[in-house]
Amino acid sequence: MADYAHPEALVSTEWVAQHASDPNVRIVEVDVDTAEYSKGHVPGAIGWNWTSQLCDTVRRDILSKPHFEKLMAESGISNDTTVILYGDNNNWFAAWALWQMKMYGHKDVRLMNGGRKKWLAEGRDVSTDAPSVTHASYTASGPDNALRAFLDQVQAAVQGGRTSLVDVRSPAEFTGEILAPPGLPETCQRGGHIPGARSVPWGKACNDDGTFKSYDDLKALYGVEGVDGSKPVIAYCRIGERSSHTWFVLRYLLGFDHVRNYDGSWTEWGNLVGAPVERGAAPAAAKA
Amino acid sequence: MKVEEHQERRLEIAGWPVHLTSYRIGETFHCTADNVSPGANLARTTGATREEAENKAIERATERLKQTRRHAV
Repeated sequence: MADYAHPEALVSTEWVAQHASDPNVRIVEVDVDTAEYSKGHVPGAIGWNWTSQLCDTVRRDILSKPHFEKLMAESGISNDTTVILYGDNNNWFAAWALWQMKMYGHKDVRLMNGGRKKWLAEGRDVSTDAPSVTHASYTASGPDNALRAFLDQVQAAVQGGRTSLVDVRSPAEFTGEILAPPGLPETCQRGGHIPGARSVPWGKACNDDGTFKSYDDLKALYGVEGVDGSKPVIAYCRIGERSSHTWFVLRYLLGFDHVRNYDGSWTEWGNLVGAPVERGAAPAAAKA
Repeated sequence: MKVEEHQERRLEIAGWPVHLTSYRIGETFHCTADNVSPGANLARTTGATREEAENKAIERATERLKQTRRHAV
């Protein structure tokens, strides 16, 4: 069985347990449900709130470089700190945080394979204490917009056909049967998917315990949809967090060179006046 | 503290598959209800017993899932 293209981008729960007090390692929990951290987290981990600390809270955007530098400094993270991210929902927003850290050039940031789910299932220690943090100095680079897709790039991809679009939402969201995950507010005016997109729900990349599937399984999963790294890829979902999970898989586990996360995602495309929309299931993938 | 008595199961609520996770930390049982396919969280609850935490989560998840509209495709 082949190893991941960048196995160093993942650490195991056991590795985290062994390095929780390492002064060169900062463990950060990032959850969909921002109250989860306070219920019990990996001892020594700090928590980031995606709704207030990992986005621009005025306009819709990722963190600005100054705000990113401030968050890192206040989190005790310097440029050479090894950062381990984990969270609920199989690392949805942990991947979102990792994507932003890569955009701003952080060298050593990894995901805890299996996330919060696996840590809890293994019956490991948890703490409700927030650790004291000594401020650090941090200088960001970038942002590296080669990791991010904006609307005009997605529109060009639809027209040109030289980029693979991967829709990572659930099949019912892809077809247009539902406008948001069941039970969540509808945040778009139209349902369906971006023309030409392939449906590869993010969760198919995970095992039942929350860990990522093997390299071979992932290669087959995307390959059958014609997503094999031979051309650039843009991943999208509803607001960009599930697609950052897939972005991580394609970029670091499969090693594709040109992968962008379209964080505007369906909440942008599905609300655009005049944007082309396809509904229903995608046709069978063309053989490469 | 350790996470103890961790359990996971699947059930159907309002026609949607739901994943229920429950465990105990200290004296408190925690329960999480997620919809299976997108994986999005529907409810997170606590209780003095697993049954209490699960029942709260199922009730809250039911309220939310019942509001989901299915559109003709």
